[in-house]
Amino acid sequence: MATDHSRVAARFMISPAVLLLLGWMIVPLSMTLYFSFLDYNLLSPGMEQWIGLMNYEFFLTDPAFFEALFNTFLLVFGVLLITIVGGVGLALLLDQPMWGQGIVRILVIAPFFVMPTVSALVWKNMFMNPVNGLFAHAAKTLGLAPFDFFAQAPLFSIIIIVAWQWLPFATLILLTALQSLDQEQLEAAKMDGAPKLSRFFYIVLPHLSRAITVVILIQTIFLLSIFAEILVTTNGGPGYASTNITYLVYAQSLLQFDVGGGSAGGIVAVVLANIAAIFLMRMIGKNLEA
Amino acid sequence: MSRTAIDYHKVLMTGLAWGIGLMIFFPILWTIMTSFKTEADAIASPPLFLGFDWTLENYSEVQERSNYFRHFWNSVVVSFGSTFLGLLIAIPAAWAMAFVPAKRTKDVLMWMLSTKMLPPVGVLIPIYLLFRDTGLLDTLTGLVLVLTLINLPIIIWMLYTYFKEIPGEILEAARMDGATLWAEIAHVLTPMAVPGIASTLLLNVILAWNEAFWTLNLTAAKAAPLTAFIASYSSPEGLFYAKLSAASTMAIAPILIMGWFSQKQLVRGLTFGAVK
Repeated sequence: MATDHSRVAARFMISPAVLLLLGWMIVPLSMTLYFSFLDYNLLSPGMEQWIGLMNYEFFLTDPAFFEALFNTFLLVFGVLLITIVGGVGLALLLDQPMWGQGIVRILVIAPFFVMPTVSALVWKNMFMNPVNGLFAHAAKTLGLAPFDFFAQAPLFSIIIIVAWQWLPFATLILLTALQSLDQEQLEAAKMDGAPKLSRFFYIVLPHLSRAITVVILIQTIFLLSIFAEILVTTNGGPGYASTNITYLVYAQSLLQFDVGGGSAGGIVAVVLANIAAIFLMRMIGKNLEA
Repeated sequence: MSRTAIDYHKVLMTGLAWGIGLMIFFPILWTIMTSFKTEADAIASPPLFLGFDWTLENYSEVQERSNYFRHFWNSVVVSFGSTFLGLLIAIPAAWAMAFVPAKRTKDVLMWMLSTKMLPPVGVLIPIYLLFRDTGLLDTLTGLVLVLTLINLPIIIWMLYTYFKEIPGEILEAARMDGATLWAEIAHVLTPMAVPGIASTLLLNVILAWNEAFWTLNLTAAKAAPLTAFIASYSSPEGLFYAKLSAASTMAIAPILIMGWFSQKQLVRGLTFGAVK
């Protein structure tokens, strides 16, 4: 149906988007790659010199890197665990008949729309503060000693905050998937006397597996780049206890002005994200064909 | 099953769901309530739930002390500016890919998606240095440009999945009836595309409004949108819970309301059409 004329027009219409994204990808990324081979500090401009792979050597052998890598993994894994388990539970609950379902849904998804700096600061001060936070008040009422969240478990506290932000996303997607489940199949299993638990494990969960994969992969992409929540709560500390790769690269380049080292870290972050991304692309690519 | 048994189940589920729903929503509710307290009431022990003197002074104080509305305006400019610019670039591209698919259309779409997976720290330094050298640091123009680019893949994908659903036969029928290309776009395509474009706009304004990597790294006092302004409360002086709450409430209220309208689009947009 498409004529040569419309093909040319189509190419013309796509090209601005393609050129912009190509520029956005290639120009800064190749600059980062170039900087990563330089001894380049913003405090001593004009002294840049080629040092080969030294930045990578320093970055990859720095104990801070391993701590940050481990923290990144814990952060992603912790949030995924909470949001998937919680999300499946909430989706099943919200799928039940009840009064005011629409309102409950609105309450549950609200945290997703709260900007990261707000949710981090509200949780840090008004809930987790060891003196004036609500958790401290609750602990005192129960006769317990208040827990100093950010001093004793900084990464765990950040995981809680980020999980609160992402739980709505997982719930919403899993609920959408759940609602497309074939009810007749469930009814048939019920008639045949399959108990609730086996109906869940043999019918509901397999049906959700695709949506769960999508949630895992998309959240991973975003969670690898958690930044604001760390910046406004702990600044990565104490020590490197709550520093992830993203924050480590930021600190190296914009706080210590080490452009070379920071760039090497940036390239490492790109490689890590790519490993996660390849899986996501495959998934979505399959869907496009369907 | 008897009627009473069904109702019993429904009552139980209603109670459970409302309980959990309110628990998840509670931090937001608590923030809104605290914004109407005095600073002393905000840290009262035991905490005050409803029995406090409601006041609006935090709102006026936040505005007076820090010119809140400038930051609010910055957020409006950045989120709507980047979304409109993005739509301007994305609508023709998505239209072309949906209605004049070529052999490599799918590859182009996948490649566009892959740019979204580039972690921002991978390009932080060059963007920062380029902005510094071109005077774009701490300007709304610079921020609009960056946010347009990072959200462009999502805009294109969302529009593409919406446009794909418009039946091509209708366009052909219009063409058969002698409609010119312009008439085809204005009278046939646009009315059918408007809902999809509106949803895309809504979701993207939300994403840009809450973006907190580039807004924190590329702005200082002048162009800071609300994300960056709120971050200044991380090193407070004196009592600040009520003022933090007032600033937060104003920052999240508009987007919370928009967000509730866009639940469905959220699923579609953020999963790139993989879950509908």
